[in-house]
Amino acid sequence: MSPFLSFIQKEFHHIFRDHRTMLILLGIPIIEVILFGFAITTEIKNSKIAIFDPSNDIATQRIIERFKASDYFDVVQYVHSSKEIQQVFRQNKAQLVMAFDERFYETLLHTGKANIQLIADATDPNTATTITNYASSIISSYQQELMGQNKVPYQITPVIKLLYNPQMKGSFNFVPGVLGMILLLISAMMTSIAIVREKEIGTMEILLVSPMNPLAIILAKMVPYFLLSCVNLTTVLLISVFVLHVPIAGSLGGLILVSLIFLLVSLALGMLVSTLTDSQLVAMLMSSAVFMLPVILLSGMIYPIANMPIWLQWLSNIIPAKWYISAVRSIMIEGLNITFVFKEIMVLILMFVILVAISLKKFKVRLE
Amino acid sequence: MINYLIEKEFKQIRRNPFLPRLILAYPLMVLLIFPWAANYEIRNLNVSLIDNDHTTYSQQLTQKIVSSGYFRLTNLSSTNQQALQSIESGKADVIVEIPPHFERDLINQQTSNVMIDANAVDGTKGGLASLYLTDIVKNFATDVREKWIPQGNAANSIPIIDIISQNRYNIHLNYQNFMVPALMVMVLTILAGFLPALNIVGEKEAGTMEQMNVTPVPKFTFILAKLLPYWIIGSIVMTIGFGIAWAFYGLVPAGHFITLYLFSAIYILTVSGLGLVISNYSDTMQQAMFIMFFFVLVLILMSGLFTPINSMPQWGQWMAAFNPMSYFIQVMRSIYLKGSELPDLIPQFFALIGFAVFFNGWAVISYRKNN
Repeated sequence: MSPFLSFIQKEFHHIFRDHRTMLILLGIPIIEVILFGFAITTEIKNSKIAIFDPSNDIATQRIIERFKASDYFDVVQYVHSSKEIQQVFRQNKAQLVMAFDERFYETLLHTGKANIQLIADATDPNTATTITNYASSIISSYQQELMGQNKVPYQITPVIKLLYNPQMKGSFNFVPGVLGMILLLISAMMTSIAIVREKEIGTMEILLVSPMNPLAIILAKMVPYFLLSCVNLTTVLLISVFVLHVPIAGSLGGLILVSLIFLLVSLALGMLVSTLTDSQLVAMLMSSAVFMLPVILLSGMIYPIANMPIWLQWLSNIIPAKWYISAVRSIMIEGLNITFVFKEIMVLILMFVILVAISLKKFKVRLE
Repeated sequence: MINYLIEKEFKQIRRNPFLPRLILAYPLMVLLIFPWAANYEIRNLNVSLIDNDHTTYSQQLTQKIVSSGYFRLTNLSSTNQQALQSIESGKADVIVEIPPHFERDLINQQTSNVMIDANAVDGTKGGLASLYLTDIVKNFATDVREKWIPQGNAANSIPIIDIISQNRYNIHLNYQNFMVPALMVMVLTILAGFLPALNIVGEKEAGTMEQMNVTPVPKFTFILAKLLPYWIIGSIVMTIGFGIAWAFYGLVPAGHFITLYLFSAIYILTVSGLGLVISNYSDTMQQAMFIMFFFVLVLILMSGLFTPINSMPQWGQWMAAFNPMSYFIQVMRSIYLKGSELPDLIPQFFALIGFAVFFNGWAVISYRKNN
């Protein structure tokens, strides 16, 4: 058997004899993809609304009925003074307070005009804007009812089509992001201790006196982890399709090709951390605590990159997950074929080459 | 005796040059960079416009869309095919197609239509884009109506409900005000969670744990000596966070610092306790890291930090009720922006105390001296 193969065999023994760690490695992606696939969404539903209704007449009741029937709102409580409005906000009991005028219906009938105040807790500006919009359109629909059958002249009907995701499912947007995040972090965390661990327990010396060259050591160490990552890739893709019901609209082959390249980049990233650090503790903190945030926040997984300032958009280019997530969205959701993600594939390959090159350069063939 | 143990812990932390640097640099890095990234304002949506009419009205409608502030006209397409390509290449978010004879139909038949195709891969974005456009189109129709039907006509004397909307606590709708207090919680969770998680198991791997076990140190004292350093580190991290929020984002709490520190103190104990429990059960640092990573990710992504808890399915909301981070984020945002005081936050206060007692009690029980 060639030395390279027997080296790989040794690595396999190292990893596969620790059953508990294996179980953790293969279990985490399954649970997290299911949890986040269902739970992460920016759709705004069930917003808590409190109502200040001093007039309590037929019109206000009809409007409140409409709010109760709506999916967007849960009527949580009635308030009776402006001091109480302050209170519900400070205790986080409601996100929106709808305040009617006194003698609402009477005023509406006699003067032809009445007021409703929508007071939003703008702590979360996005939710505040959106639920104010929803509330306004519910009130307008009551207004339409008031106008009765009068056919309104000069109407323009908007004909709306929601492309690729007609039900506006949050999972369509977030599943590719969750896949990218989980695969990258788990893979990088696995390889991040591959070399530094040998340094710490003292077996590195034995490796260094062997006839293996550094490139062979780095590649051989990646092989078993690559296989583990492939198992993870398979499970998360199966979960996306069969549990989260996110279809693969484009080519499966293309998706797998991009994913495999992405796994290699992630493993190489961990490997680089492993060659640069001197202790397992540092390697682990780097690959988990330090990598976690850029991967979540700068990859476009939750926050659109187009919204960021230019310097951050530029910075986001060095996050491998950004390219992967964009490629997966194109192939899986938009159903484009592989030629559309050519750029992403090229960038990922380039990243892999650079990462391995730096690891090689920093690989110390001598112990201090 | 405990002061010697604590001294030992600090020496171990200081010995590794990476740790003190991480503790100081990490909050700085996170709070300087990520508030700029965590921005979900839906503005500047890119529109690809197909104007098949080329009349005054179609131009007025286009003008109205552009001047709304939500949309940016990126390109004019001549066919739907071409517009679809600009969506596929990511240049446009939504297509607006004005049909031929738009103006003629509107004036002669008093009705017309406009086609709106939104890219809904991001469902929320697509939904909002079409919501905004619908609003604009309806407003445009009202303008036309008011022009053609003179005032005082029956069609205009419909009772009108005026909607007055008001935004409280963050009147300029600044997204950073919303994110900065919560990002502090995230930094704290990661540092005060990961470091203890790798601590006890690190001693197991290094072999120094056996030395500890043969000393007469009681279990409770041992765990307490492990906790207190992280408690101090956590307080330093929070103080750095408060400083950055003030210096770079002009953000000072509307409530009291005392309330902030009180809640921080309880919360640090909670996450460090969780870390120690994980450390106790792990055989290797690698295991501890993976398990802690698992929990930190669940804590962060299901806490209402980035996406609202109300939008999660029922079981997710139920899980959030057992997520200490979701309570502390609520507390931080309420104290910072709304000026909530302890009496407003009683449920969160007892929930966090409960978690702290639970995790640290478990840490004491699960620490075994005899194996």
